[in-house]
Amino acid sequence: MIDKRVATLADAVADIRDGATVLVGGFGNSGVPVELVHALLEQGASGLTVVTNNAGSGESDIAALIREHRVRKIICSYPRSAGSVWFEKFWRAGEIELELVPQGTLSERMRAAGAGLGGFFTPTGADSLLAEGKEVRVIGGRRHVFEEPLPADVALIKAHRADRWGNLVYRTAARNFGPTMATAAALTVAQVSEFVELGELDPECVVTPGIFVQRVVGVAA
Amino acid sequence: MIRPLSATDVAHRVADDIPDGSYVNLGIGLPTLVADVVGPDKEIVYHSENGILGMGPAPAIGQEDPELINAGKQPVTLLPGGAFFHHTDAFVMMRGGHLDVSVLGAFQVSAAGDLANWATDDAAMPPAVGGAMDLAVGARRVLVMTTHTTRDGRPKILPRCTYPLTAAGVVDRIFTDLAVLDVRPGGLLVREVVHGLSPDELQSVTGAELRFADDVVELHPTGPSCPDPPG
Repeated sequence: MIDKRVATLADAVADIRDGATVLVGGFGNSGVPVELVHALLEQGASGLTVVTNNAGSGESDIAALIREHRVRKIICSYPRSAGSVWFEKFWRAGEIELELVPQGTLSERMRAAGAGLGGFFTPTGADSLLAEGKEVRVIGGRRHVFEEPLPADVALIKAHRADRWGNLVYRTAARNFGPTMATAAALTVAQVSEFVELGELDPECVVTPGIFVQRVVGVAA
Repeated sequence: MIRPLSATDVAHRVADDIPDGSYVNLGIGLPTLVADVVGPDKEIVYHSENGILGMGPAPAIGQEDPELINAGKQPVTLLPGGAFFHHTDAFVMMRGGHLDVSVLGAFQVSAAGDLANWATDDAAMPPAVGGAMDLAVGARRVLVMTTHTTRDGRPKILPRCTYPLTAAGVVDRIFTDLAVLDVRPGGLLVREVVHGLSPDELQSVTGAELRFADDVVELHPTGPSCPDPPG
């Protein structure tokens, strides 16, 4: 019997350790697993490396993790936004490390990790400051920079529906990084707004097959 | 007194360059105006880096879906025939050469088609890059839409970019409030110039050396001039 459903948000994040690398889905405020991140805040793990597109805004989710000194390092493409007050404050004070990665490279590095690849060469950023210290090779007459895979201990993602095997479907553009992150972490935890019986998700339309998901927790839609 | 083109005029001019049936990504800021002015005679599929093809205009007030946003984090809609996909596929489309046209804003563009549009020399601001580098290297045709000079009148089209590069040698054509310029192996070739502006006057607000096409076309402003254009 496979049943990946867990009863509470606290159970879903119970064993995340200090110093863990945590992938957090979302693009702006779309697709952010807000309830899971708040559960992680409650749980208390610190010294985290957080991998996510933005660095949080306002007082919620990732911004709250930063404010409460839980994040040692953030790996992201666009940390600056209208409400990224806590990130900017910690960054200026030298209290958080930033690794800036072009957005497609961020996604592809996680994909490489999930796919068991040792990295890839990409033209993205090959002529930029972000290639400094990295191997550059000319392939097909064009400069490419070598990027390493980005595996993680944990992925926290938001989906729409799940069954007990952990098959997932998403809603509109909230999908964003979720399917890729699910493949790249040792422990993938998805929050969903609805559970369905096995067989109710159209197998032609399952976006993340349950093999990539270890825990699913329901939250109010 | 020369009247520069308005941002909407420039958007119209960019839209004229986008063929019917194109898959297009419009960068944040000025380029988003292009979608507003493309005529109904063209079917254009708009791509958004967060996993949307067939992106439609902003929804009516009260109809917003907080999850359905564009790259600038503004609420949008999905047109019939549109599709959602995950981030890695969104960037496969960008980096992999599947988009026909990418329209990008710029801080600086060089005579060799180098683009600087992600970072200035302001060390007080944390760096942020988003999808700019992927868009610049991947689209089949990279169009830059920008004001010809900075707010304080300094040239943005230069022999060499002084800000950190987004990508080298990627820009095909530059559309400004004063001119349309092609990036050619020998440097910049002016194709179109706003009515009343002489070649010497255009050169005086351009850092890079200009050559002029034999059949330079005049551009005519229609609306009010650019008030406070973004980068």
